[in-house]
Amino acid sequence: MTITPELLATHKLNVAEYEKIVSLLGREPSITELGIFSVMWSEHCSYKSSRVHLKKLPTKSKYVLLGPGENAGIIDIGGGYGVAFKIESHNHPSFIEPFQGAATGVGGILRDIFTMGARPIAVMDAIRFGPLDDPEYGKRNQRILEGVVSGIAHYGNCFGVPTVGGECTFHPSYNGNPLVNVFALGVIKADEVFLGRAEGVGNPVIYVGAKTGKDGIHGATMASDEFTEESKQHRPNVQMGDPFMEKLLLEACLEAMKTGAIEGIQDMGAAGLTCSTCEMGSRAGTGMEVDLMHVPQRETGMSAYEIMLSESQERMLLVARKGREQEVFDVFKKWGLDAAIIGTVTADGILRVRHNGVLVAEIPNRALADEAPIYTRPFTKPARNVPMEGPEFKSLDLGADLKALLGSADLCSKHWIWEQYDFMVRTNTIAGPGYDAAIMRVKETGSSVAVSLDGNGRYCYLSPREGAKLMVAEACRNVSTVGALPLAATNNLNFGNPEKPEIMAQLVEAIEGMSEACVFFETPITGGNVSLYNETLGEGILPTPVMGIVGLMKTEAPVKNVFPKAGLDVLLIGSLGDCDLTHFGGTQYANTILKSLWGMPPKLDMAEEKRVQVAIRRLVGDGLVESSHDVGEGGLAVALAECSFGGVGCQVALESNLRPEFTLFHEGPSRILVSTSQVEKVVALGKELNVEVVRLGSTIVDRFVVDGLLDLPLGELRTTWETALETKLHA
Amino acid sequence: MKFGVVVFPGSNCDHDALWAVSQNLGAEAEFIWHDSHKLPAVDAVILPGGFSYGDYLRCGAIAKFSPVMTAVKKFAADGGLVAGICNGFQILTEAGMLPGALIRNKGQKFVCRPVELEIATTNSPFTNSGHKGDHVTFPVAHGEGCYIADEQTLNQLEAEDRVLFRYIDNPNGSMRDIAGICNAGRNVLGMMPHPERVTEPLMGSSEGLVVFRSMISAFATK
Repeated sequence: MTITPELLATHKLNVAEYEKIVSLLGREPSITELGIFSVMWSEHCSYKSSRVHLKKLPTKSKYVLLGPGENAGIIDIGGGYGVAFKIESHNHPSFIEPFQGAATGVGGILRDIFTMGARPIAVMDAIRFGPLDDPEYGKRNQRILEGVVSGIAHYGNCFGVPTVGGECTFHPSYNGNPLVNVFALGVIKADEVFLGRAEGVGNPVIYVGAKTGKDGIHGATMASDEFTEESKQHRPNVQMGDPFMEKLLLEACLEAMKTGAIEGIQDMGAAGLTCSTCEMGSRAGTGMEVDLMHVPQRETGMSAYEIMLSESQERMLLVARKGREQEVFDVFKKWGLDAAIIGTVTADGILRVRHNGVLVAEIPNRALADEAPIYTRPFTKPARNVPMEGPEFKSLDLGADLKALLGSADLCSKHWIWEQYDFMVRTNTIAGPGYDAAIMRVKETGSSVAVSLDGNGRYCYLSPREGAKLMVAEACRNVSTVGALPLAATNNLNFGNPEKPEIMAQLVEAIEGMSEACVFFETPITGGNVSLYNETLGEGILPTPVMGIVGLMKTEAPVKNVFPKAGLDVLLIGSLGDCDLTHFGGTQYANTILKSLWGMPPKLDMAEEKRVQVAIRRLVGDGLVESSHDVGEGGLAVALAECSFGGVGCQVALESNLRPEFTLFHEGPSRILVSTSQVEKVVALGKELNVEVVRLGSTIVDRFVVDGLLDLPLGELRTTWETALETKLHA
Repeated sequence: MKFGVVVFPGSNCDHDALWAVSQNLGAEAEFIWHDSHKLPAVDAVILPGGFSYGDYLRCGAIAKFSPVMTAVKKFAADGGLVAGICNGFQILTEAGMLPGALIRNKGQKFVCRPVELEIATTNSPFTNSGHKGDHVTFPVAHGEGCYIADEQTLNQLEAEDRVLFRYIDNPNGSMRDIAGICNAGRNVLGMMPHPERVTEPLMGSSEGLVVFRSMISAFATK
């Protein structure tokens, strides 16, 4: 077969890349080899546009047992145990086929976790869509949201892992490009970690799990492409998930690992058999020789190209110790799963693929995994098309504004979504959806982990650097708010086309901001995912990095996130804050009430933020507060209302020189609302830690009062907040 | 008193049931693999929640053919206590050990949330340590939990005092708010809500212990 420019184009390889392939091989590639290079050198697998910048991220600390480069990062949680966790995107498939796209996103990240030997105990998801009431795309956005949510629910519920939290927000830039980022976390014995390494020359290479079909061929290259009108035609590129198969695969893998017969193991995710064979070899400095005729296949007559590039789900590749294959087979047989020896580990560092004995590919592993092109793409100033100064405005009715915010798609209760997720299975969920951070107990250790996912596309659009720092601060604050010490992070970088210098600049600045904040908050990044080319018809999404922060705490009943009873003092840990018009432009008030975006995101003082987080962890840990809730989007008024939705309201006075709209709705960070019956002790602790503590008022029955500004019956506010999403979905 | 928790491929509340009775009640407990033709020496069997055999075809429809179910049927026929929770309830109706059927929730969606229940009778080995009319809150987590049966069956269940739990706030459209029933012999329970998920303070409450405590006390007085 001749390699034509058209063929290269369909493989998303450019001429320079092709010439590099020819020089690495010393000859022209076969079609199978071309396919293998195209997926391994895709943006999705090779990080070719982001790699030089990702190196700027901190990756080490005394807690990090395993950093980036393997299937998931692992941190030490004491007692001989660790947690493995990572976030990954399934944006493109979820637009083309929302249900399966999202479901297989969950499946993929779960395999990344249990391939390490960890049992998954939590899933969280950060999902973003176009507005549900978009005049042109509203109906489609509704369908995508419903499909994505039921896909996540279907896979997680059946697999038996609780989906315990996340975030769901909306913006027109996601109209043609929804974001589906899924996080998973599992518990692992620190000294029983399995790596994706093909160690031991002569060891058998074993394929386990579902049979290989023609689905998902070139998913990884599709994930590195912009959307056009033809994208809907790519539906066969989206894989089909079977959570029952994955559940069996989980149990069988964990059981097989216990036999001691497994040397290395890796899931077949993006780029399927190609990626697992060459990555396992390259990590170990070995080669692999496989014959595809041994691969269990769902249909007859599949070509080598198709088998190597299939992204059929629920499959794993493992290397067993020679002579102990039977122990592995016995376990997989017990669980009714296919297991077949497809090849052996070799010493020469070459991936050699035969099909029915005929050599179809022979490529040095290093060429695929390590020689992938790395681009230092040019970047200018971040794309930004909004003014620095905001419009003149004055609220006509602050109460109506608050109600509108609580009923907005971004801020309203998401219970319609999370009630479709089994968020309790395995009975480890101490704090589930609705809390600032989810808390999962680890039964093995007596400690618990807290997790928060956060991102804010509007902040990052205004300033990728400051937005990224705010995101890290917010995620760490959320984890601290429930009493846990933030330890490590995973990131999902969702951006547009990196070949555009102003988009590349967003990516670079966001990474640098994230790096600065992660160093400061001592939360190294142990892994993650980069999703570029999130564009439709040339229009990019808001730059939307998403951060998952994992923290550690002792296992105990969680502090409440709502006021538990009347008669408590309401305090603000941190100050009422400062704001001007410029720094109000990224708020939800500007977005929802003024339908506008301008200026800069809120100002962050990282040192102050850190002190506030230390203070809240002490307050929660020492049991000095009855409730604890972070002031986030929508500002203080929205946070006060959320704290009141347990049925106990508040009466507060806000003594600030700011104009009322700013006092109530600015989104200055480093603030946490608490209620307490031990006000003197809280104030004393604030003094000790050099953190401002503002006495706002007290909790009362049934009403929501901010002296001189707001006086509203609680029930009405709560109903608005609780029913908004369902109302919008069925409008 | 020793509990056996059956593990089907796709069971995923098996560990939770085992934890509830062993860790939180101090009872002995072990897992029973689905292809066992004979039960080990246990005094009660729990069919846990999950998606046995992927719930392909219909929930519980394939599980009823597994070897262990023959053994469970025999165990129940001999008077042994059998509690089917969620998917376990679905399996028991499919297997004909309990009347009626569980169909797609009225709202067409999977529902996971705590729901308030009434203990409708204490005349059973699964509720004897509760109080009739008491309200308890157990979580539900199911897509197919709408209990249906013909009029005659429903009347008979009520006449024979075999409705053990009723929903106060019906989450799935179940007829007559039925959340849990027992067989005519009163030794087989099926219920959609998950008592094992509320068996210690860290889970938010210990109200679910009433079911397992009742089983232990019924066994002790047998």
